[in-house]
Parts: sequence; structure tokens; C-alpha cells
Amino acid sequence: MRVLTTILHELVSLFVDDGTLAATILIWIAFYGLLLPLLPIGSWQGPILFIGLAFILVENALRGARPGSR
Amino acid sequence: MIDWVHTGPSILAAFLASFVEFVEALTVVLAIGIVRGWRPALTGTCLASVVLLALIVVFGPVLQAIPLNLVQLLVGALLLLFGMRWLRKAILRSAGVIPLHDEEAVFASETRSLRQSGSAVVSGWDAIAIAGSFKIVMLEGIEVVFIVVAIGATSGSLVPPAIGAGIALVAVVLLGVTLHRPLAVIPENALKFAVGVLLCAFGSFWTGEGIGIAWLGEDWSILALIAGFLIAAAAAVPICRARHVIPSPAK
Repeated sequence: MRVLTTILHELVSLFVDDGTLAATILIWIAFYGLLLPLLPIGSWQGPILFIGLAFILVENALRGARPGSR
Repeated sequence: MIDWVHTGPSILAAFLASFVEFVEALTVVLAIGIVRGWRPALTGTCLASVVLLALIVVFGPVLQAIPLNLVQLLVGALLLLFGMRWLRKAILRSAGVIPLHDEEAVFASETRSLRQSGSAVVSGWDAIAIAGSFKIVMLEGIEVVFIVVAIGATSGSLVPPAIGAGIALVAVVLLGVTLHRPLAVIPENALKFAVGVLLCAFGSFWTGEGIGIAWLGEDWSILALIAGFLIAAAAAVPICRARHVIPSPAK
């Protein structure tokens, strides 16, 4: 039973390590997905999604690197 | 005709990710085999492999039966969560913020704890050893299953990622059998960095497809996403390193 619990816990932690990172990614996807049909941005749709995700990644890593953050 | 724009990165991502996971599993299975014997170590490994194979057989076709744009969104988002987590850790490890994964240290610690744990032989089977190898192969293998199923479901075929994972398994087993010690010389963080970049690129692409983005250059944009994430992550490393250094107090 303990083995199964560990595996289940590990399964969740596959996707969620830093809760803030996971939440920000999901919020950005949901926000952008809802807004996308309303935005007249044509071929910039993909690059904007990428820029948002790259920003989230770098910001989160920088926050993690701050002394005393872990 | 093989579509290498899709197939190449699929095989490469599955190979690299699986290689890292198999190396981690091998370290613990080797420790169990050396300390408690090869029969229970390999029994636990085989049992976990059967369960993992069943997961691929069950979840692979199930995902392929769901409408494509829904799978792309769901799997793309999961790939992003998974890939960003790996890439963030790889950035922080490269910057020296968190320590590198040391297979020799893991091997030494596992060996010590296995020697200290007493005998738990039930009907001739070493329960501790079987459970130990089952657990580690399941834990590391489930990540491989997720990557194979996710990449397979979104690209329409399980074959390319399964080939990548299969090659990684054979390579790690051969290295393990030959060297008979943990694969400490593998540049694990560099591999994780590369896998993180590939998974983030795939995740972004499929999430974008799922929410209705018309990618410029269609599938070729995956290569642009790989380059983009690589540049962003590589640029973050020195900044994280500089930020991590605690300024010395003024004299």
C-alpha cells in the first residue's frame, strides 16, 4: 500500500514541483486560449504564446535562485 | 515517407528522457542486485516492466480515441508542466543553485540502507529487495510511459517515441551489464536540460494547436520553439548564478 501511495504521490509531482510555476502556466494557457479569438494578431499567435511561457520559466527560475528562497 | 520534422524530435525527446530515467533506475537496481541478490532485483524490475507495458497498451489507444484538439490541449499542457519543471531544475542545477544529481552518492546511500535493513524473506523471496526494485522501476518508468504516450498521442503514432525509449533501454542495460556500476559519468544535467527544452517545445506546439493557434510554418515551428526555449534557458543560467551569489558583507 505504501508503495502505491508513493507512486501516486510521484505521479502528481511529475507535473507539479513548484506550485506557482504550474499554476502560472495553466493560468497563461487558459487566459490566452480565451482571449485568442478576440485578438487580431494573425501570425503572432504562436510567438506570443511562446514569449509568455519563456517569461514564466525565466521569472520562476530567477525567483528560485534568490538567496533564501529554498 | 518518414516525416522527420515530427519523427526526429519525437524519437530524440523520448530517447533522451528515457535514458536519464533508466540511468536513475539502474543505479538502485544495481545496488539491490549487488547487496540482496539478482533474483529479487530482476523479479521486481520485471513485475514493474509488465505494469508499465500494460499502462502503455491501455492509455495509448484511449488517448488516440479522444478528439485530437482536446488531446493536444490536455497532453500539451501536461507536457508543458512536465517539461518546464525539468528545465527549471536543470537551469538551477547548471547555475549551482541546487546540487547536481550524483549517481555514485545515490548508489552508496542505497547500498548502505539495504545492508542495514534486515532480512525479509517470505517463501524464499526477499520482499524488501523485490519491493525496492519494483518501486524504483515504476517511479522512473512512469515518466517514460508518460512521455511515450504523450508524444505518441499528439503526433498520431506511438512508434517513434517507443523506438526512442526502446533504444535508451537497450543502451542503459548494455552499459549496466558491461560496467556493473552506476553510470556516474553520464552528463545527466545536460541531458535533462536538452529534454526539458524539447518537451517545452512540444508542449507549447500542441497546446497552441489545442487552443486554435495557426503556427507560422506549421510543424517547422517546433524547431523554432526548440531554439527559443534553448536560448531563454541558456540565458537564464548566468543570471540565476549571479543572483544566487550572496553579496559579502561590507568591511
